[in-house]
Amino acid sequence: MAKKVLVAMSGGVDSSVAALLLKEQGYDVVGAHMKLWDFIDVGGDIYKDGRCCTIDSITDCRIVCDSIGAPFYVLNMSAAFKESVVDNFVSEYHRGRTPNPCVRCNSDIKWNTFLKKARELGCDYMATGHYAKIERLSSGRFTIRKGIDSTRDQSYVLWGVSQEALAGTLMPLGEKLKSEVREIARKYNLRTAEKAESREICFVVDDDYRRFLREWEGKHSQIQQPGEIVHEDGRVLGHHEGTAFYTIGQRKGLGIAHPTPLYVKEIDTEQHRVVVSDNDSLFTTELTAKDINWVGIEPGVGPFEAEVKIRYLHQPAKAKIECLTDGSIHIIFEDKQRAITPGQSVVFYDGDILLGGGVIA
Amino acid sequence: MKPVYLDHNATTPVDPEVVEAMLPYLSAHFGNASSVHSFGRDAKVALENAREQIAAVINCDPQELFFTSGGTESDNIAVFGTANHLRGKKDHLIIGATEHPAVLEPAEFLHEKQGFAMDLLPVDGEGFASVADLEKLITDKTALVSVMHANNETGAISDIKALAAIARARGVLFHTDAVQSIGKAKVDVKDLDIDMLSLTGHKIYGAKGTGALFIRAGVKIAPLFYGGSHEKKRRPGTENVAGTVGLAKTLQLADMRREADNARIVKLADYFIEEVSKRIPDIRLNSPRKNRIPQTVNVSFLGTEGESIILSLDIKGIAASSGSACTSGAVEPSHVLTAMGIAPVEAQGAVRFSMGRSTTKEQLDYVLAELPPIIERLRELSPIYEKKN
Repeated sequence: MAKKVLVAMSGGVDSSVAALLLKEQGYDVVGAHMKLWDFIDVGGDIYKDGRCCTIDSITDCRIVCDSIGAPFYVLNMSAAFKESVVDNFVSEYHRGRTPNPCVRCNSDIKWNTFLKKARELGCDYMATGHYAKIERLSSGRFTIRKGIDSTRDQSYVLWGVSQEALAGTLMPLGEKLKSEVREIARKYNLRTAEKAESREICFVVDDDYRRFLREWEGKHSQIQQPGEIVHEDGRVLGHHEGTAFYTIGQRKGLGIAHPTPLYVKEIDTEQHRVVVSDNDSLFTTELTAKDINWVGIEPGVGPFEAEVKIRYLHQPAKAKIECLTDGSIHIIFEDKQRAITPGQSVVFYDGDILLGGGVIA
Repeated sequence: MKPVYLDHNATTPVDPEVVEAMLPYLSAHFGNASSVHSFGRDAKVALENAREQIAAVINCDPQELFFTSGGTESDNIAVFGTANHLRGKKDHLIIGATEHPAVLEPAEFLHEKQGFAMDLLPVDGEGFASVADLEKLITDKTALVSVMHANNETGAISDIKALAAIARARGVLFHTDAVQSIGKAKVDVKDLDIDMLSLTGHKIYGAKGTGALFIRAGVKIAPLFYGGSHEKKRRPGTENVAGTVGLAKTLQLADMRREADNARIVKLADYFIEEVSKRIPDIRLNSPRKNRIPQTVNVSFLGTEGESIILSLDIKGIAASSGSACTSGAVEPSHVLTAMGIAPVEAQGAVRFSMGRSTTKEQLDYVLAELPPIIERLRELSPIYEKKN
């Protein structure tokens, strides 16, 4: 009997084609859309195109599934998403850190709640439209390799997926280019073939996280303390309305007059201070990361060399990784890196093999 | 096995006799019922005949019936129409705790945005609206009491006659949403002695987009729409003549078939309840055994989520539901079961099977064979279910 697979569908072209390809490969495909949030809760322009979790996106999924001959369901996971992703997103900013909500959504929602749902529906696998490949190494471990379309590589946000979850997952787009995916969608006349991309944080619909935080704080009676913007040499240069509105490396929107360009170097939530400096001062060589998930390498070996990414759009940099006794890791880069940001994910690779990742402390 | 449809409380296929009755009014007799010429007169006569036929079924005067697009619109006109008319004089609403969103959400809007006070009338453990609590909640400021006749999720039929009598004694208007009971239980507005009643055709083998609101003579409401004198200005808009003719046929057929249909379905439902209880441990019947629309069987399977059961059943070609179907298709927790005092862990495993004219014992046997392994699989994966041996 054909293996059954539950495909996570956002309403975009990628997951539509993922479902189609699996169907072509002979799987018994079931489509599902995760309803993660409501515009009533997150604000913003509900008519903006290309967003998931809207009635229009759900309709797109439904029609795509109908055209490929797969049943389709909407799974309401908004309670789990709020608790695990959105609340954490807000509290991380309030702690002076810059979160990666997509990473958290992947490990806690997609490869947990959704995977469980797949098993409940009697599916053998779950599948997504990520541009990445899942492979079993000779060591027996499962790893993620970068997809062949290097411009779409999404492995950075997948480091938190457990071994057990990877064993039950298919990613049919790992061997495809985005242009090919669109071509397939056109050839099969899929309704989503020409749909625009959405690559930012899904629940911050206007990509303005400060607007989102302000509205969220207003609704949940949370108050940020105002404070000073100080130069690292101690001079007070201005004032701010809350440290959560700043991120490391930020230049624009500081609202201070200074003869040379200034950047956020540090966020001090204890003293409610935003520390700024010149660009050179943002470069450092070391970091510590916690909450490590080992993917293509056994936990706790090392020290070892790897190529390391400290943010989504970061050119991997060579570094040495040491495992500490408390389970965290210490990373020393060959060259200085700009704006290492607490809360962001650090992901380490051997070539295109994802070895593991963690959260910058 | 052909797909098995056990979601008749959501909607039903249109009876061929209803289709036949409607067809001439989509083509040969297409006129606008408000036109002065012969085409218009044709349509108008058909419309008024339909009004008389429906009035005869629910025992009201034809002049007391107003055609709408269905249950949701009728409910909205009843709630907003009454509130808008009495605004400034009376500012309190009493709404059944297990109402359909078509009543609940208009009332919540009036409460949250427009300053109306609102009380939810509790139900007992079987889902019947509490007559004693209405006595306590009703005041001289109460503008409207709205309590549904039969509940869509459990089938529980509340004692509308007793509830309406309390409202009548206090001079308070009483509305009932009879969308789930019309054609399946006896609905006589004079006997119930109510002021307003919402009905639709599509739950009883009529067409979608057909419905009516009974408004007792003398009761005043403010219209929601303006733009013509159709339906005595209470619901302007070119009349849906074919739909209305179809609605009349639907109600006549349902009234004629009611006793025979119910007698057959009661046996099937009882069989289904007995067999589910025998084959699957740790269940809870959420529908009352008596005083319910017999086709509705709501069961909780402890330690599971209704959503997963319904989707697993669909994969096997069985259509059931966990409550109100909503636009996005996302399954929300049931306010009806919660209001009955059912604990969330039990309410989340609820499934509504609603039978109908097409339901056979053979179909139920197929469901009874497919259901146990699904429940077993879900319970094996459940973090909260412990097998009692």
